[in-house]
Amino acid sequence: MLNLTGKNALVTGIANNKSIAWGIAQQLHKAGANLGITYLPDERGKMEKKVAELVEPLQPSLFLPLNVQDDDQVQSTFNTVRDKWERLDILIHCLAFASKDDLSGDFSKTSRSGFNTALDISAYSLIKLAGAAKPLMTDGGSIVTLTYLGGVKVIPNYNVMGIAKAALEMNVRYLASEMGAQNIRVNAISAGPIRTLASSAVGGILDMIHHVEAVAPLKRTVTQIEVGNTAAFLCSDLSSGITGQVIYVDAGYEIMGMTGTKPIAE
Amino acid sequence: MSANEIFEKVQKIVADQLGVETSAVVPQASFQNDLGADSLDTVELVMALEEEFEIEIPDEAAEEILTVQSAVDYINSKVTASA
Repeated sequence: MLNLTGKNALVTGIANNKSIAWGIAQQLHKAGANLGITYLPDERGKMEKKVAELVEPLQPSLFLPLNVQDDDQVQSTFNTVRDKWERLDILIHCLAFASKDDLSGDFSKTSRSGFNTALDISAYSLIKLAGAAKPLMTDGGSIVTLTYLGGVKVIPNYNVMGIAKAALEMNVRYLASEMGAQNIRVNAISAGPIRTLASSAVGGILDMIHHVEAVAPLKRTVTQIEVGNTAAFLCSDLSSGITGQVIYVDAGYEIMGMTGTKPIAE
Repeated sequence: MSANEIFEKVQKIVADQLGVETSAVVPQASFQNDLGADSLDTVELVMALEEEFEIEIPDEAAEEILTVQSAVDYINSKVTASA
């Protein structure tokens, strides 16, 4: 039923084999999508080499640098997508950054520059990429981004990233509203805590995972592949009636209250 | 697992992660100063060690793991403690 054959999918945010974007890329590939992969370029070319080796088995037909703070690079990347593919169907946005200093301690100490950087890379980038993708999505499309519960409720240490995720989730709604007429759907996946290069920067990430394992209805957290499966669903016609939503892939943690207390004895 | 076995596994993981020869991964080698690791490399290295030895290395411990020997010592204490 789930078939992405003939769909062109651009996947951002793969840093290594722990990346949620890597879980998504694998499942889109499995469903038959033609992949384009972007990586964050660095001076020594280390990321390019590492990501290229990792994604090689998925045989991406495009492999491009993409630093979302560089407007010229965003434009040139999407120009390449247009020239090589003519049409884009799927955009996966898995990008976020905040300084480690802003991911623990007192929230009120967040610096102006730290705030601006976090919001720029983690939230504005979706507007930028969706705007660049829109003219290429000539046969409709699906845009999926990654968010976290910390954008809706207070999660210790998540701090400025929570504000960035709140902005990101609202971006999803405004973009969905604008692009619906062109049959472009925009949704977010709110994943449970997963140990990744990015989440390692959040103070006490292991404690967050243990807490979810104890409290979530499924008594565990989730995997990159589970997020990938939901992303594949959101990119497929199976979800054709869904847009502007935040889908929780979190083993059910989001529904729970009184999470700091021990289970009540029967 | 003996300390020597741990060292050999650590040596291989460090060499793979940082793209250096195993011979350069000596006990006293500093990841950042001697083996060219940047801050992201060290985070990835810690995660690779966690996966290989099926342990968890919390932030406070990870900050102290600066050399090959300190990694081996930490893993040794965790593996022995849980055995």
